[in-house]
Amino acid sequence: MIGLIDCNNFYVSCERAFQPRLEGVPVGVLSNNDGCVIARSNELKALGVEMGTPAFELRPLLRQHRIQLLSSNYELYGDMSSRVQQVLEEYSAGVEPYSIDEMFVRFDGFAPEQMLAHAQELFTKVRRYTHIPVSVGIAPTRTLAKLANRAAKKIPIYGGVCVLRPGSAQCEALLQQVSLGDVWGVGRRLVERLGLLGIQSAWDLAQAEPKQIRQRFSVTLERTCLELKGIPCIEMNDSGEARQRIMTSRSFGRLTGNRQEIHQAIRQFAQRSAEKLRTQNSVARAVYVFLKTNCHRPDLPQYSPSTIVELPQPTDDSRDILHAASQAFDAIYRPRYLFMKAGVMLVDLVDANRQQLSLLDTPESRADRERNDRLMATLDKLNGRIGRGTVTFGRPSASAAWHLRCANRTPRWTTHWDELPKVH
Amino acid sequence: MSHDTLIPAHPEPPALPLPFPLVLTRGGLSGFPSPAQDYEGRTLDLNERLVKRAASTFFMTVTGDSMEALGIHAGDLLVIDSAIEPRPGHILVASVEGELVVKRYELIGNRPYLTSGNPSYRPIPAADLECQAWGVVRAVVHEYLV
Repeated sequence: MIGLIDCNNFYVSCERAFQPRLEGVPVGVLSNNDGCVIARSNELKALGVEMGTPAFELRPLLRQHRIQLLSSNYELYGDMSSRVQQVLEEYSAGVEPYSIDEMFVRFDGFAPEQMLAHAQELFTKVRRYTHIPVSVGIAPTRTLAKLANRAAKKIPIYGGVCVLRPGSAQCEALLQQVSLGDVWGVGRRLVERLGLLGIQSAWDLAQAEPKQIRQRFSVTLERTCLELKGIPCIEMNDSGEARQRIMTSRSFGRLTGNRQEIHQAIRQFAQRSAEKLRTQNSVARAVYVFLKTNCHRPDLPQYSPSTIVELPQPTDDSRDILHAASQAFDAIYRPRYLFMKAGVMLVDLVDANRQQLSLLDTPESRADRERNDRLMATLDKLNGRIGRGTVTFGRPSASAAWHLRCANRTPRWTTHWDELPKVH
Repeated sequence: MSHDTLIPAHPEPPALPLPFPLVLTRGGLSGFPSPAQDYEGRTLDLNERLVKRAASTFFMTVTGDSMEALGIHAGDLLVIDSAIEPRPGHILVASVEGELVVKRYELIGNRPYLTSGNPSYRPIPAADLECQAWGVVRAVVHEYLV
């Protein structure tokens, strides 16, 4: 079985963990430089505040003390995310981070009635240990696990935990309620085309003939169809999935502890991720890097760290992303461990065209940006025409410093000695 | 009495680190692998001693004098483990009316209270909805000015 564990309103939950007074209050987290809302508490959602709303539009609400706005505190979020991951690792047969606040978790060898009890235990433990509330969806496939997770979060009777078994009446009832657009990997255009064939709900797609789906649509949709039937066929790095985050990760051919070697891999992943980012015309706000030792070798010391580095401003520039990834790598790499896998993930993606102009934007920086855009376009063109890796980056100088605006940032409660929470 | 008579100055600092038993066994395969494992046989690590479960361990700084009677002073570092189920007698961090406080969890006449061992701070009834345990204090680190 595969579980999808999703942290509820993750950034806000991280803030609330150390400031209980924010509980029940409408809270929004802002991007540092362009000042728009990137995370919302349920109360803020209820006020009708959308993702991406510029901070200045919220000034009236702020003045009436009806809402709280905070700058993002990625260092805190990164640390809390790895805490959640650690607890999940303890209770499962393996964890794959899907985004900073969503993780796929493998569960092996549970009898059906045990599975639900285990999932409920996981649900309580993660909350108690890390102070982050989560929703737990478990099913035989990733696509169903996604749906189970959504049900766990949205339908009160599940109480945050939903285990789906294909063939059960409960599974059928749920699939019938779910519209196609809410199925993982089914975009708006597909919904229209499938509608013409009378396929309206997730259940209809699950009943379809996979071969026909492949002939009329694509292999990707055939996989979704199979997954809805309970046959696993989507792996983590498959393309065609919704791109809210971009992940490049790979297992090394063998265990390695060599700093240069791993750093080189991270740099490669970062460049590849930046390319993917530009292909889909998005910019990223932060870079997440993880390393993993081999958990199936209990004889070796285990260390699977991860960290997140915020970009000075949302960007698709390979150089910025590379630099951030290297910074992250330096922060987590420890000698004497043999690593099996590493990965780079770009998080909090925004559409490049919709990106708000930064307050710090000046004519020079605009000219800079245009020049950079041209450089990146040339880079992609060369690599596309002559082959990937034709043009790559050398090492940047170590001196480039990051300057961030973070007027409303809460202390980095868990990662800086002089910013620890105070109790009296 | 001067300090010299209390603590005789060592003629020279010990040349070797303190001896300690070599730990070679691991406590099963489950559980958080101590980050100290790789250093076994080289040096003692306070993390290993004070942090039993990294994912649920948080550090906080004490302010104020409310807990002085129980030996917790302003500026002390609290090592808090949220994985521990609070029991009467534990020192814990709790969220009281939206604020994090450090108190002792006690039963007074069978009712749970948060106390501070200081008569000028009244015990807080812990059954209150506005009061929730946040984590149990596993250790207090008091550093001296040296």
